[in-house]
Amino acid sequence: MNAANNNTANGREPSEIELLLPWYAAGTLDLSESAEVEAALARDPELARRFEWVRAEFAQELSINEEAASPPDNDVKALFAKIDALPARRSAASAVVSAMASSGFVGRIAEYLAVLSPRTVAWSAMAAALAIVLQAGLIAGIMFKERNPGGYDTASTPTSARGDGSDVLIRFQPQASAADISNFLAANKLSIVAGPSGGQLYRVQVATTKLAKPELTDIVKRLQGDKVIGFIAISEQ
Amino acid sequence: MQTTSDEALIAKIAKGDRAAMEALFTRYRVRVFRFVLRMVRNEAIAEELNSDVFLDVWRQAGTFEGRSAVSTWIFSIARFKALTALQRRPEAELDDERADAIEDDADDPEVALAKKDKAAVLRQCLVKLSAEHREIVNLVYYQHKSVEEVSAIVGIPEATVKTRMFYARKKLSELLAELGIERGWP
Repeated sequence: MNAANNNTANGREPSEIELLLPWYAAGTLDLSESAEVEAALARDPELARRFEWVRAEFAQELSINEEAASPPDNDVKALFAKIDALPARRSAASAVVSAMASSGFVGRIAEYLAVLSPRTVAWSAMAAALAIVLQAGLIAGIMFKERNPGGYDTASTPTSARGDGSDVLIRFQPQASAADISNFLAANKLSIVAGPSGGQLYRVQVATTKLAKPELTDIVKRLQGDKVIGFIAISEQ
Repeated sequence: MQTTSDEALIAKIAKGDRAAMEALFTRYRVRVFRFVLRMVRNEAIAEELNSDVFLDVWRQAGTFEGRSAVSTWIFSIARFKALTALQRRPEAELDDERADAIEDDADDPEVALAKKDKAAVLRQCLVKLSAEHREIVNLVYYQHKSVEEVSAIVGIPEATVKTRMFYARKKLSELLAELGIERGWP
């Protein structure tokens, strides 16, 4: 059943596939669900048309947040002022653990149990998170080599002021290797200028000059077919 | 570069490690701030809530059991604090906010211009969504939370998460239609 038959404006319920479109755009479905959505999009032009709206919503919500205010620079001081104002209960507990830890084997056992009990680890979530963290690290390495041969930078901090260039937002496929991404960037003469922001999105410069929107749209269309691309959209900034 | 897992940081925070607290705070401070800001629409309140969220993380790290991801736990705390703050806000402030949100700008030349730009209108409509709808749209699109994670953060069944997102998008369609853009269902 296609989307057009399933839920026109007559009040019928949307299909399960249509309900999943926002998560498909955000790249947070599992592989089997993603495959189902991809297949449905390929065979249902009406669903594909609606998905373009989902992508537009996704891009605008990101843009709203990226342009929103940031917390003040001294917020960490405010946090620790609040922490320091707490009763000394935590400090006392810490002191006990430290004292036990310094008492040799018994202390080490106590510390070990203090860390593990009663934790039930969500292994699959951890593995997924680890994959993203590793990719962020690898991409940071690429950025580091490209932009800061003699300096230091972090993966989550913009690495250049926004100038007159033209940027797009890209989320790489989680399974894309550093080599894949590096080759993709080199082949298309692209450079990562910032990221990752919310949702592992990177700001990637596609031209050093301001391009007209139709030109940028063509570039996005050309790049979005590459295997390393999970999501790509024109940056509104 | 993120090299220590959130879970490892929480374990250290549970033992009173301030450096781990600062690392976790640095990792999430912007995302959490913007999440609560989208809900309460007031920077001063969002700042206060942001530090309150991480104060709770500091105090409760020892009770974190890992049944959900650390970020899911943090956003659950943030959501609770934002909702509590919304309930406390004077009715007059909320009235002002509603007035802003439903501002009739049909004759405004800027809006007439904006109508020509689908993206700008869509953006305007996203801002006008209710707190409940802004929350889920933010969690799904900006915070990249899965259906399961949104369910854990918001405290509703996964099926309800999907339908709530659908109705948020349906509301968007209605707002777009009011501004002259018909995109069909939803």
